[in-house]
Amino acid sequence: MHRFANPARFMRISQILLPWLSLVTILLLTAGLVLALIVAPPDYQQGESVRIMFVHVPAAWMAMCAYSTLAAASAAALIWRHPLAEIAAEETAPLGAVFTGLCLVSGSLWGEPMWGTWWAWDARMTSVLVLFFLYLGYMALLNAFDDPTRGRRAAAILALVGFVNVPIIKFSVDWWNTLHQPASVLRLGGPAIDPSILAPLLVMALAFTLLFVTLLVVRMRAALMERKIRALDAAAGGALG
Amino acid sequence: MGFSTWIRMGGYALFVWPAYGIAAAALGLLAAGTIRRYRMAQRRLAQLTVPRRGEDA
Repeated sequence: MHRFANPARFMRISQILLPWLSLVTILLLTAGLVLALIVAPPDYQQGESVRIMFVHVPAAWMAMCAYSTLAAASAAALIWRHPLAEIAAEETAPLGAVFTGLCLVSGSLWGEPMWGTWWAWDARMTSVLVLFFLYLGYMALLNAFDDPTRGRRAAAILALVGFVNVPIIKFSVDWWNTLHQPASVLRLGGPAIDPSILAPLLVMALAFTLLFVTLLVVRMRAALMERKIRALDAAAGGALG
Repeated sequence: MGFSTWIRMGGYALFVWPAYGIAAAALGLLAAGTIRRYRMAQRRLAQLTVPRRGEDA
């Protein structure tokens, strides 16, 4: 793992992978949108409003997946002090925040026609809102210290402590009485959703996952270049001084 | 299914289209911001690393 976590090697490998990642992401997003908006039939209970689920559910999965990435990268940064892990954590947070915000907004847009309310303080919704604040807290803490190392360490600890919220989100529908239905895709006994609805959902989920990976790789490359620029600027300043 | 029927989304157009619109705007802006930042870093790094005239002689 350490062998691949070398910044120079990361830049080399990611440069080769990036065009392919971008191409597959665009193709999958296009296919996902066609399936979600045109091919998928209306649900027998939800009608056409089920199409909101093709955005809402993948965004929810990505919100949790991004936070797991953030926690894992933060742990690696704290234990091994690896710069690539630090950068991965820092660049994951804004992406995770956007997916979580999207999950909350699209859920609200589905909730009003289906449940008759934009918002309810049920366990699933409240724990996702907590996740959104954890992302914001992580980003705020990162920039709250004059010494960037202390900021990174404090934010990494928050990310690790906050990880306890991820299983709470996943199992909230089983542990408490909530408006949300129990798990219907990732459950023992297989998905409980009809294939005509499941297929677009999975394609959109894969497209969102690849979009996250592609954006994360680009942001990490940008962050590495910015670090190099700062080092070169500092060296030039030092030489002049 | 005709175009106007499709646009109406069975009476849920006011909820379905904003969901997709907000998703497109949020993810589009995120992608655009990321690409802009990447290109700026790439340009600045190229300026700093390309040897100035006479420097490498």
